[in-house]
Amino acid sequence: MAIAGQMLLPGQASGPVLRLEAPISFWGGVDPASGHIVDPRHPQHGASVAGTVLLVPATVGSSSSSSVLLELIAGGQAPAAIALGKTDAILCLGAVVAIAMGWTAPPVVALDAEKQRVFAPGSFVRLTADGVIHTTASAD
Amino acid sequence: MIELTDRQRTAANGEDGGGTALAMHIVTETARLLGAKRLIPVASAHIDGCLYHGDSGVQFAERLVAGGAEVAVPTTLNVGALNLLRPGQDRLDSHKRAMAHRLMAAYEAMGCRPSWTCAPYQTGHRPALGQDVAWGESNAVAFANSVLGARTNRYGDFLDIACAIAGLAPATGLHLPENRRATVRIETALLSDRLKASDAFYPVLGAWLGRTVGETVAVLDGLPSSLTEDRLKAVGAAAAAAGAVGLVHVAGVTPEAPTVDAALGHRRSEEAIRLTPDMLIAERDRLSTAGGDRIDAVALGSPHFSLSEFDGFERALGDRSVTVPTYICTARDTLASLGPRAMRLESQGVTMVVDTCVVVTPILAEIDGVLMTNSGKFAHYTPSNTGYAVLFGSLKDCVETAVAGHAIRDDALWR
Repeated sequence: MAIAGQMLLPGQASGPVLRLEAPISFWGGVDPASGHIVDPRHPQHGASVAGTVLLVPATVGSSSSSSVLLELIAGGQAPAAIALGKTDAILCLGAVVAIAMGWTAPPVVALDAEKQRVFAPGSFVRLTADGVIHTTASAD
Repeated sequence: MIELTDRQRTAANGEDGGGTALAMHIVTETARLLGAKRLIPVASAHIDGCLYHGDSGVQFAERLVAGGAEVAVPTTLNVGALNLLRPGQDRLDSHKRAMAHRLMAAYEAMGCRPSWTCAPYQTGHRPALGQDVAWGESNAVAFANSVLGARTNRYGDFLDIACAIAGLAPATGLHLPENRRATVRIETALLSDRLKASDAFYPVLGAWLGRTVGETVAVLDGLPSSLTEDRLKAVGAAAAAAGAVGLVHVAGVTPEAPTVDAALGHRRSEEAIRLTPDMLIAERDRLSTAGGDRIDAVALGSPHFSLSEFDGFERALGDRSVTVPTYICTARDTLASLGPRAMRLESQGVTMVVDTCVVVTPILAEIDGVLMTNSGKFAHYTPSNTGYAVLFGSLKDCVETAVAGHAIRDDALWR
């Protein structure tokens, strides 16, 4: 199966799917050092975004979420790729600045929240440079 | 493709220095991501990027400084991770403390005013109706748009300072009049006047709004025309924490909403929601993660306490002293304006926190405690940022609790 999104910040990546079941503010929601979801009111409290293909239906909250993503990138705990249901400048900025600093940032793709639902949580997917997300058999 | 003027292209190409070129790159890249066709001048900026989250943000700010970047417009600074007037109030380790200091210094070095407050609009930074500005800090964005009628998007860390240096922002979102129109109408006719007259109603209303509408622009109908700025600030702060609200109109109160019809742009609302007392009680309960009597700390001032909020606190406390650690977070300018009142409050047991707050940096005792607050924003972020469980109450509840040493909440208001 393959679903096409619109590439916002180019790149290729693969990893297990983590689809956020509720909107999240990265600041106050994700630990910048470890990548774990630390908001006890979030349904996925305790899960880690590190290395995942993170599917984000919607973001909320703090304008510091860009700082948290930059810190995750700098510390090697960032998602492998990010798909946004709605183009969110705050989260993208963390990746934009990382690229400007010469660091390797996760690719970011725009993908409708409805289309994000076709990927089963934990299944392995690959994002190719054309913005298409493919399901893969395993962590190849 | 974004159109740049000759002057803008010159700056982007590095002729004004590497720092300005980096800022222009961030502004134009964001414009591209958001589909903006051009950049517009901004009159002022408010920067949220000065709060330490890790060393990467320090490296970024210091690269701007090394590249000779300076802000092109009047720019205030949001909270940092340190109370600079009381060194050692935080429990940061020496590395983090040093880096947090370097970060704050880097933003000052670029010409930003060391205001260190999340409520710059109550210490003199008040853009005019219709003015385009570039503001970060979600509550300040909501206030600037909603209460002042200035025009800003929710500028994230790094873009805020980039816009301040460039003096420019992408022409998109809430800068464009057509996107400022409300599309959702919120009716409050079923709620009692007594509830609407109480301070505790407003953070709860804000939290419900944010969770319900996300980033959609709504108009609130049926609120008292006498609504104070402190109550509007409480609505916006909670709405921006629970959702992504950048603008909310209040009919008969905020400048772009003389009437509901005007706020809707003289069109029909796409959705109308009638608030009931039960919806508000459910939302109030959602703000708390603790029950029971135990309270280990009381925290007020998110957004930073205003002078009029200090008036209300002093009236409620009177001559009594607090018996649990009680923190009031405020701007250093407000603390200065308080004069001898601040020393009196400290003699009554209150701890003043300026330049930062207890939810963004470790100041609270390191225990598995319970914190009480009257702030929807503190209630939202306390569990994840401090490890404390949280109990939401009115200002009066917070004061009575702080004096008594155990939780006191007056529920009569909500029934």
